[in-house]
Amino acid sequence: MHSDRKRASAFLPSLQHVRVVLVPTRDIYTVGAAAAVLALIPAVMATDILDGPALPDFTILKRLARDQLIYLLEQLPGKKDLIIEPDLMSPLDRIANVSILKQHDVDKLYKLENKPIYSNNDQLCFLIRPRISHMKYIANLVNTDKRSDRNRKYKIIFSPQKFHTCDMILEQEGIFGDVTCDEWSFYLLPLDDDIISMELPEFYRDYFLEGDQRWIGTVAKALHLLNSIFGPMSKSYGIGRCAKMVYEVWKELLDEDESDRTERRPDLGVAFIIDRDVDYVTPLCSQVVYEGLVDDIFRIKCGSVEFGPEVTSSEKSIKVLLNSQDKVFQEIRNEHFSNVFSFLSQKARNLQSHYDKRREMDINQMKSFVSQELKGLKQEHRLLSLHIGACESIMKKKTKQDFQDLLKTEHSLLEGFDIRESITSIEEHINRQVSPTESLRLLCLLSITENGLITKDYRSLKTQYLQSYGPAHLLTFSNLKRTGLLIEQVPGETLTAVESKMSKLVTDKAAGKLTDAFSSLAKKSHFRGISKKLGLIPRIDGEYDLKTPRDMAYVFSGAYIPLSCKVIEQVLQRKSWMGLEEVTRLLNGNEFSVQLSDNTANSDSQRTILIVFLGGCTFSEIAALRFLGKEKGYKFIFLTTSIMNSTRMLESLAETKT
Amino acid sequence: MSRAKADEDEYWHGSKYKAFTFDDDDDDELSQLKESKRAVNSLKAIVDEEDDDGGKFTWSGEPVGSISWSIQETASNSRMGNETRDFQQKTRTETSFYSIPKPGPTFSNLFKGSLIYNTLTGLFKEILKVTARSVTFRSLHFGGFGDSYCSLERFRSLKEKLQLLDEAVRRHDGNVITAFLFFLEVLFRELECREVALMHFIHFLKETSQQQLLTDLLRFLDRTEELALCKYREHLNINDAEQRRDFLKTKCIRCVIMSHFVPANDRLLESKGQDQMFRKYPRKASLLFMPLVTTLYYSCIYHYTEGEGTFSSPSNLRKTFKIPEKLYILTALGALAKIKAWSDIDALFTTKNWLGYTKKRAPMGFNRVVEILHKNGAPSTVLQDYVRLIEDVETRIALSSKYKCHDVVIDTYKDLKDRQQLMVYRCKVERGSPEEDKIDMILINTVRRSGLHLKERCGKLWTFHLTETDSGDLHI
Repeated sequence: MHSDRKRASAFLPSLQHVRVVLVPTRDIYTVGAAAAVLALIPAVMATDILDGPALPDFTILKRLARDQLIYLLEQLPGKKDLIIEPDLMSPLDRIANVSILKQHDVDKLYKLENKPIYSNNDQLCFLIRPRISHMKYIANLVNTDKRSDRNRKYKIIFSPQKFHTCDMILEQEGIFGDVTCDEWSFYLLPLDDDIISMELPEFYRDYFLEGDQRWIGTVAKALHLLNSIFGPMSKSYGIGRCAKMVYEVWKELLDEDESDRTERRPDLGVAFIIDRDVDYVTPLCSQVVYEGLVDDIFRIKCGSVEFGPEVTSSEKSIKVLLNSQDKVFQEIRNEHFSNVFSFLSQKARNLQSHYDKRREMDINQMKSFVSQELKGLKQEHRLLSLHIGACESIMKKKTKQDFQDLLKTEHSLLEGFDIRESITSIEEHINRQVSPTESLRLLCLLSITENGLITKDYRSLKTQYLQSYGPAHLLTFSNLKRTGLLIEQVPGETLTAVESKMSKLVTDKAAGKLTDAFSSLAKKSHFRGISKKLGLIPRIDGEYDLKTPRDMAYVFSGAYIPLSCKVIEQVLQRKSWMGLEEVTRLLNGNEFSVQLSDNTANSDSQRTILIVFLGGCTFSEIAALRFLGKEKGYKFIFLTTSIMNSTRMLESLAETKT
Repeated sequence: MSRAKADEDEYWHGSKYKAFTFDDDDDDELSQLKESKRAVNSLKAIVDEEDDDGGKFTWSGEPVGSISWSIQETASNSRMGNETRDFQQKTRTETSFYSIPKPGPTFSNLFKGSLIYNTLTGLFKEILKVTARSVTFRSLHFGGFGDSYCSLERFRSLKEKLQLLDEAVRRHDGNVITAFLFFLEVLFRELECREVALMHFIHFLKETSQQQLLTDLLRFLDRTEELALCKYREHLNINDAEQRRDFLKTKCIRCVIMSHFVPANDRLLESKGQDQMFRKYPRKASLLFMPLVTTLYYSCIYHYTEGEGTFSSPSNLRKTFKIPEKLYILTALGALAKIKAWSDIDALFTTKNWLGYTKKRAPMGFNRVVEILHKNGAPSTVLQDYVRLIEDVETRIALSSKYKCHDVVIDTYKDLKDRQQLMVYRCKVERGSPEEDKIDMILINTVRRSGLHLKERCGKLWTFHLTETDSGDLHI
């Protein structure tokens, strides 16, 4: 009976805002091999989805990656040692384990570091990202072997793809032909039910700082893969120069692929592609939703976090997977931090009363309690104590760093009040040699919200920064200038006219003749104007209610709605960029909206929206959009090149050796 | 065209790399053929498009349309090409790209016959389509480049090279742009007007640390700032201190040099064991390459009392590098508090005006001063003096109660005539302590005084007020 109802509801023309319990009804799919596999996988996430369609099941992506890796390993038959690059270890952990590797004749595992490997194996297999330094390392190793007359087989598996420059190095170093190469097209790692990461943090620096477009094809291929398994998508929106290029490459892949027009019920309907530099303000703000805070403080790596002794209140650290499987975390991850404590204590009380129940039990009841409930309770207890520990540790750290002062400075920068005062407090921050990235973060936020610093301030703050944290940061400042994160105002109002003309030229002429020469100009944000147009600073009478928030601003304590999310909301609502001309002009244009296919029959898929962040997205943005989804009946899926936060962003631009 | 097609047919069918044999699928080869055919056709479009300016011949001199030579090479150069290396490479790429669908022995063992097996092979086909496409994609766009570099050597004339480069840029494929730049050895001056390509080239040079070429390029482009930064970056990679200093000397970045000299001198002192300070607070780490502020901090700890003339004295540093007052005072304060030189701190904030009166002044607000002092474990008697100097009353009260400077709290409430708060605070101090006595004294005195004062002015109203408002509001 129950399942019948479910099925019926899926066929109903589901209207927006109508609350229907939707459960994936996989057996509808008959066409398409991917869907057939999906049908075999039990619908795991059927629970607690109230609004919007169900999420597609992305675990298939893991399986594909694993199977391909196994296949590649078997291309080198016999025992072999596997040398893995550090950045690939966590992603690898998420899709395979050591025993799987062992099953396929992997003997020993090494980490690829800059030191020699002592292996007796006659076959070495390298699993790496396509980086020059790795190639040189391997070349060195092979050449050493050659000199000592050692005969070995070498195989390099590049993930997600090989670059031509890698071959060049092999050739230059004289080992071309001595090694065989393969590509492991592992583009997509599902970190959670709704987050897919490409785990390419270098994307940000490579593209936004160096202007290198090597990853654009990779993202396009990833998108295409998603589209061919979970699509065909019907519509795509986007904003940003990189977004546009990704779209163009993807489009080409689509056009080549005429045969792939099998009529299938799509899971994904709409793709929204956005560049990180469209919104630099959001990643520069301190995060205050729980997941964001955990990321800021403990650094979530590939979906898992290591809680140190200060959290576990024991001697050892514990590695925890943070995703929707963790029931406690699932309930607090999107909450403003101020709500988390009370939630956890409530939960703890409930748990206590559950435990207490066993006092009045007779033997039989006790038996069933132990066999059924106890395990779950214990698990919950463990998770609860971990998160409480984490909260305490967060509180401790945040009060130590005069967090309130920081937030105050941040909020006044966002609103544009008391700028002088904010500058003074940033200055003090620098002078006291507090964390270099924190100081830099505030400087960048100041620059972006104010359209650059006036010359006097820029020079004085820069000098003080260099004096405080070391002259090597000269390079950091030059990088920040190139990305447009921290700039000096050019005197005179004429700039805006020139600038808009330039950015228009840039848009019109795709050939990159002028583009990057003016990129630092073109990237200049006009945050105040946009903020006013889109109403990013909510007007509140009295206190903002963080318990039952009204809008996405709750992710920043009610002070600011993330620009990226607001743009997405507006476009989805209007189903185009119409009426947002002023905003897009201030965001340097490059917006697009295209119909990919006329497959719009399935209204569920139309409300399942893939948000592609080029250059990384923050947990605050994810939380904000999850909130929006609940309000408007959308389901958002996040595809990001990596998970970003202010520290990671600024560290990738800093150039000091530690 | 037909010749090309025939060649292709021959290749696809004659090739011994039969990667596409699915047990349950026959038309894979066919689809591959279709794929490459489509590639040929679309290449034709590109070639035509690029030949707008009248030329009827492709870059290699072959007639347009008859043979799209580059794709021909992709598809068949394993037989036609002279270079054996070409062939080898071709083989390798082919296996890596096309072998995926061939179910390995494990798969067949694990899944064969089962439903999962069939669906998985189906899925692999999907993957295959994506990867196979990338081959056509490359060959399509880049004239056989994806399979062989050698074919690039045919591009000798500058015009050809640039056309090729521009095409790569147009396709947004950074991977290929870099490779082209390297192989085609395009001239600097041609790069100047191709920003995207140029950026790729610079990035590539940085990555492969071809410093010489990079500096030449930047010099040619007249990008002096970038050039300077690039040189500076180079110095950061020098590990040897002496060498690094020499490098810097030539570059004259003063503040770093300073940090070399000061500790060098001190190492001498330290080794002789003359300076008591060093024995008391042993140096933790070398100062080399540390920021200026750290150097300043250091010299405040070890050289504070030295005269302005000495090289290592803080005041000398302050003068040489024009350190702003606030930065200087904050750093000195931290350092002096560390070594508990309270009298020096006192002197730091004391200023004399022209009448000879002394006054305490701090450029950053005394609340900061108090925080720093507290962090360095200053005794409450010292703290008290500075808490008292905080101008903002609320902060003063907050901080003084935080650091238990009872006298300051009490005096502040007294000045505010806040009777209520005093009574509250009375509960917080220890029973029978001098603070309690002090509060009691104040309470008695103020009540008497303010009572009289009010009675004169307000007459009957006063009883009402006393019950309704805080005594702080008693002045009407």
